[in-house]
Amino acid sequence: MTAQSPKQAKSKNALVSVKHLTRDFDVSPPWLNRVLEGKKKAILQAVSDVSFEVAKNSVYALVGESGSGKSTIGKIVVGLLRPTSGTVEVGGVDLTHETDKTRIEETRVGIQMIFQDPYASLNPRWKVKDIIEEPVAARGRDVTGLAEKLLEQVGLSAADISKFPHEFSGGQRQRICIARALAAEPKLIVCDEPTSALDVSVQAQVLNLMSDLREEFGLTYLFISHDLTIVQHMADTIGVLYLGRLIEEAPRNELFDNPRHPYTQMLLEAAPKLDGFGREVEPPKGEIPDPINPPSGCAYHPRCPIAVERCKNERPEMKQRDKARVACFLAK
Amino acid sequence: MAKTVKKPVLSVKNLSVEIPTRQGILTPVDQLSFDIEQGKILGVVGESGAGKSMTGNAVIGLLDPPAHISGGEIRLKGKRIDNLEREALRKVRGKEIGMVFQDPLTSLNPLLPIGEQLTETILEHLPVNKNEAQERAIAALEEVGIPAAAQRINSYPHEFSGGMRQRVVIALALCAEPSLVIADEPTTALDVSVQAQIIALLKRLCRERGTAIMLITHDMGVIAETADEVAVMYAGRLAELGPVRNVLTSPTHPYTQGLMASTPLAAKGKKRLSQIPGAMPRLTDLPFGCAFHPRCPIAKDKCRSDPAPTIEAGGGKAACWYVNGEKS
Repeated sequence: MTAQSPKQAKSKNALVSVKHLTRDFDVSPPWLNRVLEGKKKAILQAVSDVSFEVAKNSVYALVGESGSGKSTIGKIVVGLLRPTSGTVEVGGVDLTHETDKTRIEETRVGIQMIFQDPYASLNPRWKVKDIIEEPVAARGRDVTGLAEKLLEQVGLSAADISKFPHEFSGGQRQRICIARALAAEPKLIVCDEPTSALDVSVQAQVLNLMSDLREEFGLTYLFISHDLTIVQHMADTIGVLYLGRLIEEAPRNELFDNPRHPYTQMLLEAAPKLDGFGREVEPPKGEIPDPINPPSGCAYHPRCPIAVERCKNERPEMKQRDKARVACFLAK
Repeated sequence: MAKTVKKPVLSVKNLSVEIPTRQGILTPVDQLSFDIEQGKILGVVGESGAGKSMTGNAVIGLLDPPAHISGGEIRLKGKRIDNLEREALRKVRGKEIGMVFQDPLTSLNPLLPIGEQLTETILEHLPVNKNEAQERAIAALEEVGIPAAAQRINSYPHEFSGGMRQRVVIALALCAEPSLVIADEPTTALDVSVQAQIIALLKRLCRERGTAIMLITHDMGVIAETADEVAVMYAGRLAELGPVRNVLTSPTHPYTQGLMASTPLAAKGKKRLSQIPGAMPRLTDLPFGCAFHPRCPIAKDKCRSDPAPTIEAGGGKAACWYVNGEKS
């Protein structure tokens, strides 16, 4: 847990450092179809050359529409998927290239995940006590009183330990998921749409709980969401993804007050506003293109209102602009 | 026709829905009343289990047995439709009421080209021949913004993207030129940019054709931008009904107040979201009196014993004993 070698971490404040992360999925038709019907191999690049850092004890949010690769990045960070290329460093340990197994294991224990659907992510045949204690018991640690303590920390009753998941409501189940994630005493929690399955009033409870726990345990969150309103509330830094590419990254207020990338601007403009009575939005053009055949150059150029010739031919790199990093030739 | 223009397109009075179960009779919709006028959009909001979809299904006559309408009346352009025979109801549904569901993939037949699904509906409800129906189908697809409609009419649902599929469903709901469209979470399964497109489309159709729309959603932002009036439901009952601006900016019912405060949009800059304690009660054990009282910050003894009356408040109606401040 203390394996932190400052010499490896680029900026000393970063807990997670993702560099040039790429993940390809082979979505080719079956071999026989390729031979008989002459179909080609097809590669879907879900994540394409993404680099970012998450500062210690902060909330970094990845936002994007469906197919933008946000969940894939989350899964790679926790180790559920392997990257095709690029590196993921957590606490100074390069999880993609490190060969020392104990070091990897120590780091991995410190990374936990909360999933979107609290109905699908709890084993229906296990009691709450077993669900929460399992990650600790699996490492041969002492689990006496652990489940009771954690349940109370997430706002449930210690008397609930012998209940089954179906006896709880959606919000309570998500609390159980959080308790399970906390059991391993993590440093980093990857939250993949943690409140999308919940109602507004329950969502507020869960988000508040997550904020409280972050302060209490000094947690770092990698927060994956499509909901800009939640991100605006929770995140310190926000990375916007489009078609597997990181196109803008900025501190929260900077992003919402001064979005630089045309896609971010469109996203903020299109999101419904609570005071937008009778607001007429010019609906955005087009839809997310086919990720198997992404557009050349900047992936957003076919929908971009300000695209120029260069955008079609050349992929823009992330460039520092004031407080933000933007991948756009024309961004100021 | 000229006579009915002034009347609301849809008028629901004291509608109750019951489901007999082994644990007793559940009432997912209880004494609900609202009107929708021509060319207006009524937003129906509430959390899951509030009875929003059940209300929509009751209006269009799609309640799954054993759920049934146990009281009240539903009038479409002045005519009662809640007590119609099956066959008569089938004529009204489709011709007079169009329906748009949340998931566009499950509301289209995957084995039929979309053109066939459209012409089938048009032939059923309008006095036209096959060629005219085909033309109308293409026109309907063009109207909802499907590019190259004439070529795509023979495509199957899976060949369209999610947003395009939802457009097809909307075209299907509108092709018989209904006076009322019930849209049940039409944009929940869609991305933000596509959602904006679909909302703009619904608003345009409502304006151009004078269709009344009942928009069921849990998203307050969508309601704010689309609806003229909003009905807030809680545990099958109407909590508050009124013009959208009033309800969203100065809600009178404590539930609406809590709901508005708990959306992250409302928490501008604040560190914590304000939250409503607890969760929506299950229908099997609804609290006595006002269903919201266990979570209500201003609940008093009266709320625990008697259901709250629906009274005039804040330019609309609210079901609360203490809506207009402390009196009783």
